[in-house]
Amino acid sequence: MSPRTKALYLVLLALLLIVPFQNMVYIVFVMKLLCFALFASAFNLLLGYTGLLSFGHAAFFGGAAYVTAHACKAWGWTPEMGILAGMAYAAITGWAFGSLAIRRQGIYFAMITLALSQLIFFLALQLKFTGGEDGIQGVPRGKLFGLIDLSSDTALYYFVLALALFGFLAIQRAIHSPFGQVLKSIRENEPRAISLGYDVAKFKLLAFVISATLAGMAGSAKSLVFQLATLTDVHWHMSGEVVLMTILGGIGTILGPVVGAGVVIGLQNYLAGIGSFSTIVLGAIFVVCVLAFRRGIVGEWLALLERRRAAKAEAGYRES
Amino acid sequence: MFEWLGITPQALVAQLLVGLINGSFYAILSLGLAVIFGLLNVINFTHGAQYMMGAFLAWIGLTQLGGWVGKPDWEVNYWVALVAAPLIVGAIGILIERFMLKRLYHLDHLYGLLLTFGLALVIEGMFRHWYGISGESYSAPEALQGGIRLEGLGLFLPKYRLWVIVASLTVCLGTWFVIERTKLGNYLRAGTENPKLLQALGVNVPLMITLAYGFGVALAAFAGVLAAPVFQVNPVMGSNLIIVVFAVVVIGGMGSILGSIVTGVGLGLLEGLTKVFYPEASSVVIFVIMAIVLLLRPAGLFGKER
Repeated sequence: MSPRTKALYLVLLALLLIVPFQNMVYIVFVMKLLCFALFASAFNLLLGYTGLLSFGHAAFFGGAAYVTAHACKAWGWTPEMGILAGMAYAAITGWAFGSLAIRRQGIYFAMITLALSQLIFFLALQLKFTGGEDGIQGVPRGKLFGLIDLSSDTALYYFVLALALFGFLAIQRAIHSPFGQVLKSIRENEPRAISLGYDVAKFKLLAFVISATLAGMAGSAKSLVFQLATLTDVHWHMSGEVVLMTILGGIGTILGPVVGAGVVIGLQNYLAGIGSFSTIVLGAIFVVCVLAFRRGIVGEWLALLERRRAAKAEAGYRES
Repeated sequence: MFEWLGITPQALVAQLLVGLINGSFYAILSLGLAVIFGLLNVINFTHGAQYMMGAFLAWIGLTQLGGWVGKPDWEVNYWVALVAAPLIVGAIGILIERFMLKRLYHLDHLYGLLLTFGLALVIEGMFRHWYGISGESYSAPEALQGGIRLEGLGLFLPKYRLWVIVASLTVCLGTWFVIERTKLGNYLRAGTENPKLLQALGVNVPLMITLAYGFGVALAAFAGVLAAPVFQVNPVMGSNLIIVVFAVVVIGGMGSILGSIVTGVGLGLLEGLTKVFYPEASSVVIFVIMAIVLLLRPAGLFGKER
């Protein structure tokens, strides 16, 4: 990590830490952003670093939201236990869906994950405990470890921030570990990874489960922030949104999904008043990104820096 | 005959008929997806939106168009819509292929899926913006209203539903015939196997690809017009259907045309049966079957692993 990147991360962290002490940005909005940034980063572990396009991540995000909401509301669990329950759900479903989906590749993988997530959507629509069209409302935020009252936004904010940071660090750790290197080799050239003796299916499945679990954590946290779990969270639009966030920010970059989540959530907030316009705008951004802007915001920025460095190096070479 | 299960023959026949109708829609849509995928290597996510556009164009022609041109009694009837809507939607499809999809062929196939997903959102959003999500009803043409009563069995078969089944199966089998038994179909299959070689032999492959996309999309719009009198015409009718069709495609595999027809109709019937015997599971049964097929035969029932 270059000193410049380190400085950037430190500034970001400092800004995040002082959010509760200002009035310019609405704190719940920042919490929502953190949840979605974590969701997109978890998704990026799969798309950006393993090359697998899942079109069904809403099943983990929204499903975990339901599990946490139910555990906290009906069983009176503490928030950390509720979130663990959501993550456990996401890990188990992730394992089940992952082991089915990795039997096929490329486009089929995307279609299978989409179809399986629709299964979860219909379950959420029909099962008794999920409350059908209403979802689960009025989820208590509870007391963290039975001690810290999370009903104040400030306390909940730091809890969500801690969760998000934990998620980012876990993803960072995974990407830069030997495990992450194997994932990248699968993305670049799967037959070669197989010929080098790696059990590719096992690595893909593990990446899928990690990604699903962290996506579940994001969903669980969101259900505490909004005290709500609804069908929107498990709908396939949500799966599409997280794909959009990742592509818009930059596939396979660390900060890309965070930036993408910020832009998409910000836009949605801004466009919410104009009815179905947000769908049209999001769809149009999707089209533009795929046609002309495939590296995404952060990807383009990195490419620009790279070009500058190359130009500078060349100029220096000519002078000498 | 099923009284001991608490099911009347009427209910059974009605659900089987709906199942057959759904099945023939699955068949037409998965057929279009298979034709497009064969030549373009793109899974067309917009397919559902294009099906919805077909239904909406029929409805607009019947109820809105007269008003727009200042002659309120003037209307485009069902039979004209059945031809015109697929042509219009097909033409829009050709523009999409020429100006957008074409730029992505040299990239990973996933980008085609993402582009068409974005387009689906835009189209769905526009119709939602114009017409809301409440849904419009479209009445069947007079010649097909009413039904046939089978007195001996105490059954009532609505004419329009029978027509939908006959029409869509005819179109499916016609497509099968063209692809498997004619010269044009030979080119199409050759293009699927090896486009470069076909191009070297003097066939205009890019044009063929464009037309194949237009044709696949027109099939979707045709299904949409057929569906307009059966279901409510609303902006989300396509996106709910297309995900089921994806599962159908995964189950059948995209290797064979006849295979996708058989899988589509079969799964529609199965869904209808589930509605009779265990209604709670009817919306998920196809996804469950998909999971089972993936476990037992990952390449799909008629698929070849590529």
